Amino acid sequence: MKQYYLLITLLCSTATLYAQIDPVLLRNTPKDTAEMKMNMDAIYNRPFLQLGKLPVALGGYVEANYQYLKENGISEGHQFQMRRLTLFVSSAISKRIKFLSEIEFEDGTKEINIEFASVDFELSPLLNFRGGVVMNPIGAFNQNHDGPKWEFIDRPISATQMLPATWSNVGFGIFGKKYVKDWVYAYEAYFTNGFDDQIINNAEGKTFLPASKTNADRFEESFNGSPLFTGKVAVKNRKIGELGLSYMGGIYNKYQEDGLTLDKKRPVNVFAIDFNTTLPKSKTYINGEWAWVHVDVPDTYTEQFGRNQQGGFVDIVQPVIKKPMMGFEKAVLNVALRLEYVDWNKGSFKSTGGNISDEVFAFVPAISWRPTPQTVIRLNYRHNTQHDILGNPPSKIAGFQFGFSTYF
Amino acid sequence: MNKKRMVMGLLITILLAALACDKILPGKPADDSILDGPIDGLTGEQHQMFLRGDVAFNDDVFTATNGLGPLFVSTSCGSCHAGDGKGHPFTTLTRFGQTDSTGNTFMQLGGPQLQNRAIPSFMPEQIPAGAAFSKFTPPANTGLGFLDAVPDNTILSLADEHDADGDGISGRVNWITLPPYITHRPGTVERNNKYIGRFGKKAAVYDLMQQTANAYNQDMGIVSSYEPYDSYTHAEIDPEVTNQKVLDLVFYLRTLKAPIQRNQHDADVISGKQLFLNIGCAKCHIPELKTGDYSIPALANKTFQPYTDLLLHDMGPGLNDGYTEGGAMPAEWRTPPLWGLGLSKNSQGGQYFLLHDGRATTIEAAIKGHGGEAQASNASFQKLSATDQAVLIKFLESL
Ligand code: HEC
Ligand code: HEC
Repeated sequence: MKQYYLLITLLCSTATLYAQIDPVLLRNTPKDTAEMKMNMDAIYNRPFLQLGKLPVALGGYVEANYQYLKENGISEGHQFQMRRLTLFVSSAISKRIKFLSEIEFEDGTKEINIEFASVDFELSPLLNFRGGVVMNPIGAFNQNHDGPKWEFIDRPISATQMLPATWSNVGFGIFGKKYVKDWVYAYEAYFTNGFDDQIINNAEGKTFLPASKTNADRFEESFNGSPLFTGKVAVKNRKIGELGLSYMGGIYNKYQEDGLTLDKKRPVNVFAIDFNTTLPKSKTYINGEWAWVHVDVPDTYTEQFGRNQQGGFVDIVQPVIKKPMMGFEKAVLNVALRLEYVDWNKGSFKSTGGNISDEVFAFVPAISWRPTPQTVIRLNYRHNTQHDILGNPPSKIAGFQFGFSTYF
Repeated sequence: MNKKRMVMGLLITILLAALACDKILPGKPADDSILDGPIDGLTGEQHQMFLRGDVAFNDDVFTATNGLGPLFVSTSCGSCHAGDGKGHPFTTLTRFGQTDSTGNTFMQLGGPQLQNRAIPSFMPEQIPAGAAFSKFTPPANTGLGFLDAVPDNTILSLADEHDADGDGISGRVNWITLPPYITHRPGTVERNNKYIGRFGKKAAVYDLMQQTANAYNQDMGIVSSYEPYDSYTHAEIDPEVTNQKVLDLVFYLRTLKAPIQRNQHDADVISGKQLFLNIGCAKCHIPELKTGDYSIPALANKTFQPYTDLLLHDMGPGLNDGYTEGGAMPAEWRTPPLWGLGLSKNSQGGQYFLLHDGRATTIEAAIKGHGGEAQASNASFQKLSATDQAVLIKFLESL
């Protein structure tokens, strides 16, 4: 409950401010003149192609890669993967009403998802109304996940294996922004359909939020009739960077049906903090996210199902060469490093008092070459060290990944 | 962009790569350091069956949607038998309700196994008042095919029920009644419609088929055509796992390789083994057994080193929990194989949990817990010099 009050206070404190929404939505140029884009703007901050004078713009991205990984000395061999093909369509219904949808094909056509499909009504820059399939603004990655924006082939483990990125649901909400000199303040708040009991009833055999993504019914009906609230406040300074605080919470179990009580209400609560900045001198880009998950697991479940989880990542990207290369005017070569960690089960065993492990640590050095800002060709070395719940000698996965991701 | 920075960046990358260099692609752990993997000599077809069984054992996680429970102890075989090794107190199971060979008097109250977890909205079981109970820590699952292939007659020949040789050690067979789906092994021995149990800590299980069908049913609440009664409603319900899956899993258990001894030629290990023989440990923990004819040729007529006699021994009041199974007495336990002992920590979260309920956290404590028929050899161990004790432990850890 406390979190709700905190949020409402934060929301109210921004309510009197004034902001403006990106006016250059449908221009062919992806350029962002204001340069004060935040994670929440990511869905519109993409290159779109406009068809003549039609009020519709198209875009998308594709990513494919090769990988050779070994787990404890055993390899699945050489793998070529078509990870994702995503299409965006946006249209300006009127000057202040716009529509955007994002449809994603993952792993060939194995998974087809509507990641985003909503209509935005701009009442004032500080108050916009959004309805449809929205991306819950928990952390930063979920909103800002386009492949070409990242120097790493794999999405962060904490974002996809602890938090359920990409996590979209049907719902409604409001958002807005306020610019003051070098600062911009923003908020978002949505009520959507949400999780279900697959969080603790899944083939992973552990508390696993992403399991709820397999419930396609969530676009049509809520599992238990309780909405999921997601709210975020963020602040950005032109020189310092962007900081976001977000919360997502709701009831995940079916506590009643046809008016009959089945169980008590069991909440899931998620808190996240995200930060990104570009160091002025070296132009080093640092981007990170950390999140905490709390799930009310029934007492009839063992410690195998974590009540508390935490994890995050930090990416450090250093441009090393920035000059025309092979005829590409704006080519950049980066070296980068990602460090990531997830603990799916914080706590200790009742039987022995020993620490519950169930965690992974990974580091991923990378070299990426961007012939243009919208295209990245990247070489990653990945090294995961994963401990089982008892903390036995870890399983090690390592190897090379090479691929590209580009907007089109 | 200045050159210095570029060089710096590249250097950092190279440095990182170099740091990771020796492990740049993680190597396969040495065969003698892990327990999983098949025995040698299987055909391609058998490898496929082994792999399917491996998936059933490690990757099949049950949920309420595919049959779990409603009452259960855990959600997959692998969650209790990590890496096919010994388990942790966290995955211990409890059985209750039987105090002598006349059978379990608490069957109507959920006996013999306590299902102390439940899917949401269901109430898990509790040990009924007045019921004797015992806790069981999961054993390692390695080399079980070799144990399965030992002829009944070999086990009988090791038994000495009335201690005819007067060494203070008897060794008894647990004669059990078989469920109808069991296929007898060739040359099986029958007495009054009862058969020799050899698996389980009370030796109350005939073979790996019975163990598997039971584990599905009692540990996870998964009904099969072999054990068709739901552990909660006691009603016969549709199978929640196919016969093929059960058979694959049984094949997997049969063909898991035997643990490989390490440092076999180390001088300490050699003299440790000699001490082990001298002080009578090997009277129960029999170093070598031989398989007979067997349906899987790779396991037929092989000698192997399990350090068990597969018999029940009275271990004294300290290890008597008051609970028992089949024809065993509450103080009687089947000699556990000692092979793989030194690798136990790798599946028990870095620490030993030995004896049937994991109460001993060191090998010394496990030996100290030996009473009854093993009292004399325990006493001999305690009389050894500290160096000799250490040497003996070193031998045990090499197993
Ligand atoms: C709740 C944890 C748990 C689960 C789940 C579990 N086991 Fe076990 N397993 C045990 C324990 C504890 C024992 C010892 C019981 C006994 O000795 O009577 C055991 C014993 C065994 C044995 C006997 C080994 C021997 O040396 O006698 C085999 C084989 C086995 N389990 C296989 C399986 C299979 C196959 C599954 C899945 C279908 C499974 N187990 C699921 C805990 C578990
Ligand atoms: C009379 C037969 C007998 C003798 C003699 C005997 N043991 Fe045991 N041993 C057992 C039995 C039965 C158990 C299992 C007791 C239990 O689980 O509570 C056991 C358990 C053990 C264990 C723990 C194994 C595990 O997996 O938890 C070790 C180690 C061990 N014995 C070593 C020895 C050593 C060393 C000696 C000689 C000093 C010895 N034993 C003598 C019967 C014997």
